[in-house]
Amino acid sequence: MTATLRHAGYVLGENPVTAFAFTLFFLFVLCAALGPALAPYDPLASDTAKALTGPSPAHWFGTDQLGRDIFSRIVVATRLDLGIAMTAVALAFGIGALAGLAAGYYGGWIDRIVGRAVDTIMAFPLFVLAMGIVAELGNSVANIVYATAIINLPIYARLARAEANVRRSAGFVDAARLCGNSEARIVFGQLLPNILPLMMVQVSLTLGFAILNAAGLSFIGLGVRPPTAEWGIMVAEGASFIVSGEWWVAFFPGVVLMAAVFCFNLMGDGLRDIVDPLRRT
Amino acid sequence: MTSDRPLLAVDGLRKLYPVGKHRIWGRGAAPSLLHAVDGVSFTIGRGETVGLVGESGCGKTTIVRLIARLLDASHGSICFDGLEIGKIPARHFGLAPPRAQIQMVFQDATDSLNPRFTAFRAIADPLLRLRRLSGTALRARVEEVARLTGLPPELLSRFPHQLSGGQKARVGIARAIAVEPRLLILDEPTSALDVSVQVVILRLLQDLKRQLDLSYLFVSHDLNVVRLLCNRILVMYLGHIVESGPADRVFAAPAHPYTQALLSAVPKPGFAGGRSTRIGLPGEPRSPIDPAPHICPLYGRCGRATEKCMVDMPALRAIAAGQFAACHYPITDPAAEPQPLAVNEPSAEDDYRDLALGQRGQNP
Amino acid sequence: MIGNSNTVPLLAVEDLGIEFRTRSGTVRAVDGIGFELCRGKTMALVGESGSGKSVTAYAIMGILDAAARITSGQIVFGGLALLQAGEKAIAEIRGRELAIIFQNPRTALNPIRPVGKQIADVLLRHGNVTAAQAPGRAIEMLAKVRIPDPERRARSYPFELSGGMCQRVMIAMALACAPQLLIADEPTTGLDITTQAVIMDLIAELAASQNMATLLITHDLGLASEYCDHIAVMHAGHIVETAPMEALFAAPHHPYTAKLIAATPGGAPSLDALVAIPGALPDLRRADLPPCRYSERCERAAPDCFDRPLRRRSVGDDRRVACHFPL
Repeated sequence: MTATLRHAGYVLGENPVTAFAFTLFFLFVLCAALGPALAPYDPLASDTAKALTGPSPAHWFGTDQLGRDIFSRIVVATRLDLGIAMTAVALAFGIGALAGLAAGYYGGWIDRIVGRAVDTIMAFPLFVLAMGIVAELGNSVANIVYATAIINLPIYARLARAEANVRRSAGFVDAARLCGNSEARIVFGQLLPNILPLMMVQVSLTLGFAILNAAGLSFIGLGVRPPTAEWGIMVAEGASFIVSGEWWVAFFPGVVLMAAVFCFNLMGDGLRDIVDPLRRT
Repeated sequence: MTSDRPLLAVDGLRKLYPVGKHRIWGRGAAPSLLHAVDGVSFTIGRGETVGLVGESGCGKTTIVRLIARLLDASHGSICFDGLEIGKIPARHFGLAPPRAQIQMVFQDATDSLNPRFTAFRAIADPLLRLRRLSGTALRARVEEVARLTGLPPELLSRFPHQLSGGQKARVGIARAIAVEPRLLILDEPTSALDVSVQVVILRLLQDLKRQLDLSYLFVSHDLNVVRLLCNRILVMYLGHIVESGPADRVFAAPAHPYTQALLSAVPKPGFAGGRSTRIGLPGEPRSPIDPAPHICPLYGRCGRATEKCMVDMPALRAIAAGQFAACHYPITDPAAEPQPLAVNEPSAEDDYRDLALGQRGQNP
Repeated sequence: MIGNSNTVPLLAVEDLGIEFRTRSGTVRAVDGIGFELCRGKTMALVGESGSGKSVTAYAIMGILDAAARITSGQIVFGGLALLQAGEKAIAEIRGRELAIIFQNPRTALNPIRPVGKQIADVLLRHGNVTAAQAPGRAIEMLAKVRIPDPERRARSYPFELSGGMCQRVMIAMALACAPQLLIADEPTTGLDITTQAVIMDLIAELAASQNMATLLITHDLGLASEYCDHIAVMHAGHIVETAPMEALFAAPHHPYTAKLIAATPGGAPSLDALVAIPGALPDLRRADLPPCRYSERCERAAPDCFDRPLRRRSVGDDRRVACHFPL
């Protein structure tokens, strides 16, 4: 464990971009964890007298059309957005990787079934599929999570399947059999650790997609309902004010959204470097 | 007397693979079968090193996997120390008691080590699964085995990509001997190593055999190494054992034409005359798919063949003390001229059939 | 201008040095090596992995990796200084006068082109054939390397052929324009013993019939003995000894050569007679490498070996040794 931490320190030290991404991620997690405690104002408190005031020392990011402090809303929304994204990705990764591993290792009818399921999902434009699922099941955070998880599942399944397929004929699999490992142990104990590094990169990319997905759904009204603070809704609400010059209502949530996706993408390589022992010298 | 019983007795072993496209309807004739191993019988005694040589397609890899119980045979029996292990299906063998007694050192140490496991974890794997060791007992045994194979203990925390070729080979050997096997299968253990490292590893294998009272099945394409390490050798061709006997005798006086050709192809350092004394095998190997059971596998390439070789499959017969060859006209005198022959090239049909069934040609 | 004399060497390498820039430092892969090869002769560059033999071959062909830098020396082929010649001049002779066959034949061939077409490509680029004549000549080349049923095989893809057949195709491609020098980089690694013999015999026969010089890169002393007149032994980027084959085995002059011969299973009567080579290859990234790169492993090393500059010396008939205290 300490070796891993030391190696993590080395990786972060070597690559400032990765270090920056991890710091940013840490800040986001802090925001999500502490949420309301960090917000200077109540995100739901409306004060129409102060509606649509620009950025000022009192309101760093300005106020929206109902006089709510945008900065506070953004901070509180972090918990929701990050929560949705991480839960969805955890689900997609968990189910997808397992299905893909089994399909790649055992082949046969497992492979065929998983393959057809994945093909079915991928036959749809993924965002449209998410829209359809949420529209059918109803607007709720849980449904957004399920929809996002489903549309991100195929990537993991295909990745895991391809990797398992390549490695199942590797010498160490036979060696593991000679050591008395059962097939299940080989799949989870020997193969899974090998495909994990590649999946790590995919996880970070998918986190970005998931956030964009949740925000996109909210943008078109199929996601979280107002007055809940969520980055996508805030951008949607602020969009109508750009033309009339109140740019800050949409701008700041948009920038934070962008920063989050950016941060996750940058983290991907760093994560892989930490997790993959082949990178250690 | 149990001490007279051979450690491993293989009898009539056959492994057949169906080839050809699946038909969803039209269940006409039975599918064609590729005879990877076609009736192989041999024994390995206690403390013996038996060499298994042959070229690609001869079936030695399949035999190795059958004996290591990674694969199930189609016919025949595998008897280990009196126990019929061939009857235990391969997928259940991991839990069977004899699992620890038969272990294997793989050809490519890099490929046979999990890239995500440290050397320690790799060596500990069989101890965890088969001996249920843990904690200090586990650590002690791993370090003991590492010492036996000449692996410095500080290397145990390294990953395979941080180790040299020779060190990886030692890890592979350490893992194989950790559970105190009786039979060690060595599948080309030094072919990926430089000459200087090879000497060290071969010496190590020799020492371990004495110290731990092991028997070896040594599979190699390098006849020079086989000659140095093995008591007895088995020569395989197209799924059959064509010759067997004490290593010295077979090398000095090969009885089977294939063995003779094989030996003449080995270049000798310092000797330039190999080409002039070369005994070649013209043509290509016969197809291993649905081979005619009454034709000698070498027929068509053999300079000593006659009509008899086409109608009567030769069985392994004693030539001299301990030496057996499956040939109607064995070379009892290496200087004798080959008999007049009617060499039939395998028909073009064999070739076409290979391509039609999607088989890669076995041709040199 | 390619000379035709039999006395002037066809290929002369002199004081060649090659470095590789890598993330972990500069690897001095080859340092001050030199040898000559005359028309129609065969020579082996023998060494273990990391000795620099393949790098030398690639340098001669001009196909070194982009990270490589030639730091010193000269390669003269048929009167042409290869290192100074322009890309155009090299491209003209490469494939026509100078040919190479590689280690893993199946990966060295284009997997999506029939082999007949690949041979025809070489002929069209370098030979004086028209597009109409090329396919026929390609089939002739396949027959020359004794591939059975050449008309049909010319339409095959590499994955349909066995390793030995792919190597024959490579030989056909290399010899299509009757080059003066063939470099064979471990051409039989991975092939069966009988296939190896057949392929090497084929190369030897074709080389003899065309009076073609052969440079064989190999780690196998047995192979080098059987097919080459001269052997150059390489260690850690140096050529430690060059000698005619029989003389080398009868009386090696360099300690490494002697150890290498003693470690080769082919010649030893028993396992106990084999001798391990002590030590390991020095790390070629070090800045403080001694002038003799074998000195740290050598039992005969004297203080001189670690600082006195090393020069190749002639010792007897057509032999050279790079050692201060040869055997």
